[in-house]
Amino acid sequence: MKVVYPLIAVIFLSAVAFAGVSAGLDYLFGVIIPYFALFVFLSGFVWRIYDWVKSPVPFRIPTTSGQAKSLEWIKKNELESPSGFWGVVGRMSLEVLFFRSLFRNTKAEMAEDATLAYASSKWLWMAGMIFHWSLLVIVLRHYRFFLASVPGFVELLESVDGFLQITLPTLYLTDLLVVVALTFLVLRRLVSVQLRVISLSTDFFPLFLILAIALSGISMRYLDKVDVVAVKNLVQGLTSFSFAAPAEIGAIFYVHLFLVCVLAMYFPSSKLMHMGGIFLSPTRNLANNSREKRHINPWNPDVKIRTYAEYEDEFREKMIKADLPVEKQLPAEKE
Amino acid sequence: MSTNPPKIAELKAEYENAPSLLKGDSSAKEWLDIPVEFRDGNWCHAAKPEVIENLGFNNPRKWSPDDPDWQLEEGWQQIVLAGMKERLGQFRSFKLFMDICVRCGACSDKCHFFLGTGDPKNMPVVRAELLRSVYRHEFTWSGKLLKGLVGARPLTEEVLKEWFMYFHQCTECRRCSVFCPFGIDTAEVTLVGRELLNLAGANINWITKPVSDCSRTGNHLGIEPHTFKSVVESLVEDIEDQTGITVNPTFNRKGAEILFITPSGDVFGDPGIYTMMGYLMLFEHIGLDYTLSTYASEGGNFGYFTSNQTAKKLNAKMYHEAERLGVKWILGGECGHMWRVVHQYMDTMNGPADFMEEPVSPITGTKFRNATSTKMVHIAEFTADLIHQNKLKLDPRRNDHLKTTFHDSCNIARGMGMMEEPRYVLRNVCNSFNEMPEHTIREETFCCGSGSGLNTDEYMDIRMRGGFPRANAVKHVKDKFDVNALVAICAIDRASLPPLMNYWNPGVQVYGLHELVGNALVMDGEEERSEDLREDDMLEIETESPVQEDDA
Repeated sequence: MKVVYPLIAVIFLSAVAFAGVSAGLDYLFGVIIPYFALFVFLSGFVWRIYDWVKSPVPFRIPTTSGQAKSLEWIKKNELESPSGFWGVVGRMSLEVLFFRSLFRNTKAEMAEDATLAYASSKWLWMAGMIFHWSLLVIVLRHYRFFLASVPGFVELLESVDGFLQITLPTLYLTDLLVVVALTFLVLRRLVSVQLRVISLSTDFFPLFLILAIALSGISMRYLDKVDVVAVKNLVQGLTSFSFAAPAEIGAIFYVHLFLVCVLAMYFPSSKLMHMGGIFLSPTRNLANNSREKRHINPWNPDVKIRTYAEYEDEFREKMIKADLPVEKQLPAEKE
Repeated sequence: MSTNPPKIAELKAEYENAPSLLKGDSSAKEWLDIPVEFRDGNWCHAAKPEVIENLGFNNPRKWSPDDPDWQLEEGWQQIVLAGMKERLGQFRSFKLFMDICVRCGACSDKCHFFLGTGDPKNMPVVRAELLRSVYRHEFTWSGKLLKGLVGARPLTEEVLKEWFMYFHQCTECRRCSVFCPFGIDTAEVTLVGRELLNLAGANINWITKPVSDCSRTGNHLGIEPHTFKSVVESLVEDIEDQTGITVNPTFNRKGAEILFITPSGDVFGDPGIYTMMGYLMLFEHIGLDYTLSTYASEGGNFGYFTSNQTAKKLNAKMYHEAERLGVKWILGGECGHMWRVVHQYMDTMNGPADFMEEPVSPITGTKFRNATSTKMVHIAEFTADLIHQNKLKLDPRRNDHLKTTFHDSCNIARGMGMMEEPRYVLRNVCNSFNEMPEHTIREETFCCGSGSGLNTDEYMDIRMRGGFPRANAVKHVKDKFDVNALVAICAIDRASLPPLMNYWNPGVQVYGLHELVGNALVMDGEEERSEDLREDDMLEIETESPVQEDDA
């Protein structure tokens, strides 16, 4: 169910674009929806970040994954337990760029004789790295559609990405990698029982959606080629806010574009927001220096405590008997 | 009800033969379809009504978690949901962790409770989903609209029971958060989860009773001032019997340089008392100007397992007493969650402590720069510095009867980043120290299975399972290096690891770090020692040694 529904949804969405454009709704799919999607994406993204930032960080709670700064002769681990700003920058960079924590991953196994063993397991890390980096390169490569003259860094990227120089047009490595990585990420959710149990439909949907975007993009480039000049004209028209009607482009392009729009609109309300959220995670982006610098909780509650005076009032007699010092003596009685 | 875990042979057979999610049993059901089942040994007693009344918490009543009807008050859902909304606005961690999990599964096999029970709801991601599903249903438009399709469900009594069970099968050890690519910390989720349970009136007695006692008497065990003093004095006598030296702790003394605070388990519980003896001997040996307090007589903080307000309330006594006594700074004993609170919360909650001075060791002159604001130093930092500066006379051979390994306490490793200090001390006070395998120590250390206020007898079943990964790693070094001493710097460890070892690894005893310091410490004018602090025989030490002087 949680696999089939998202799959159907993606197929349905593709069909909508295909049917729509076949029925002559080029303007809707080529102009109106892209603007709308961009609006939803940007405003949604900003809203989500604002919504998170609105909630304060009352306590400084980094998860320390290495030796903290301590006595001078003890070697500190600034990247795993940062003591200050630059350590945090280093830790966050490793996290965002190289998925440091995921790299640590292990797999626990219960052997026949009821003993546990832990082996390093880097598959998820590898697939995650390949997927995210490929996607980034692909997105940057698309930059060529947005500008009249192709910027240098895009050309560089393209030549590196296409260094294999097989097929015509030349095969981009990232096109291949992103599909392989996505396939792996889907399969592991189906094959591993643990993953199957934890996965929701909302885990499959973005995978299928991005896979469909990749496949439609690839087929446009290598198989069912579309008029690239027309595409570039459309995109540049969009970026210059001209609402001109697009020229005739193959339907497959509109499927691709529509799915990208769906992804953009889906993004802010979904788990894909981890892209922004990772920067805000208080267990990673704070220095482990809470005994050195006082952290302020803006809503620090007033809490009534039992004061020493109240304590002594209850136990004064026993304390005096036990020769414990007291603030007040017992009232002189009787005598 | 039974206070016993399953027979060890049965549990082993279960681990060996029974299919489980951990072993990839493919018949695994959706977690949503598995009902909550309270059975002997998998739940803690409910908080007693008088305790709840004392603390002014919601809905005091006599009830039990295995009752079909929990006698929740009218409108409890609204109370819980309002509480959730409030906390979403208070804790960015909580809000973010509700939103950004991608269910990648990196955490799934990192939890000791999952490894020990194979229960899908003990995968950290699912434990958080128990709450997230309700969050989606109430606070996200997609959840409101698409309900079950996007993993949303309403808050029902069944769900609350599930929360109660699984937020008490999380010891808030943070191991999962080390592996999470976004640093999602299940402790942040279950701490809030427990606050919500507290609002709903679903508390456990093992946590609330100590909180109530601590509030009144200053310590979890409810020891009144005169008794506290006489118990410490009995330890003084024990030290005298063993070493011939009289140590002189003082109580509630104004003008002392340092206030020493340690968990009350060190004063009252076996084997914690031997660690306490170690502290007292150390302080005597170096001539420290310190005082104990009967009012701030608890380092631990079970309030932390109830709500942040309760944590603040109990923690406040430390600074309150330090100010009253006029000490320069505070020295803290060996404890796990106590140090999580002191290191990451105390200054924020109850500071600034500007009535004290920046901590400087009076013996070595070392400035503890990492504690300049909070003004509280960990005893392992303090002792490591003493040893490094050659201020202690130590004979590690006195611990030659022990082959040690070191258990990193979760909170010390993952909440403070203290890994080397205790190891440095340990290496200097004993000759045989063997690390447990990789992935079971330091930041990847496994919890004892009983942390966060769960070390109660009726919970033995879950505790022995939850402690299994730790015990298994100890077994490894026991088989390989004949390890017979598990050293820990946490009072809950000292209370909960002995039954765990008796169950899984009989023959391994549990020690505090400063108990071993006490054993190795060569004090001026001491009598010849042939027994360690717990009166076990030491190995004979050759007489020509430089430290073992004359008397031939």
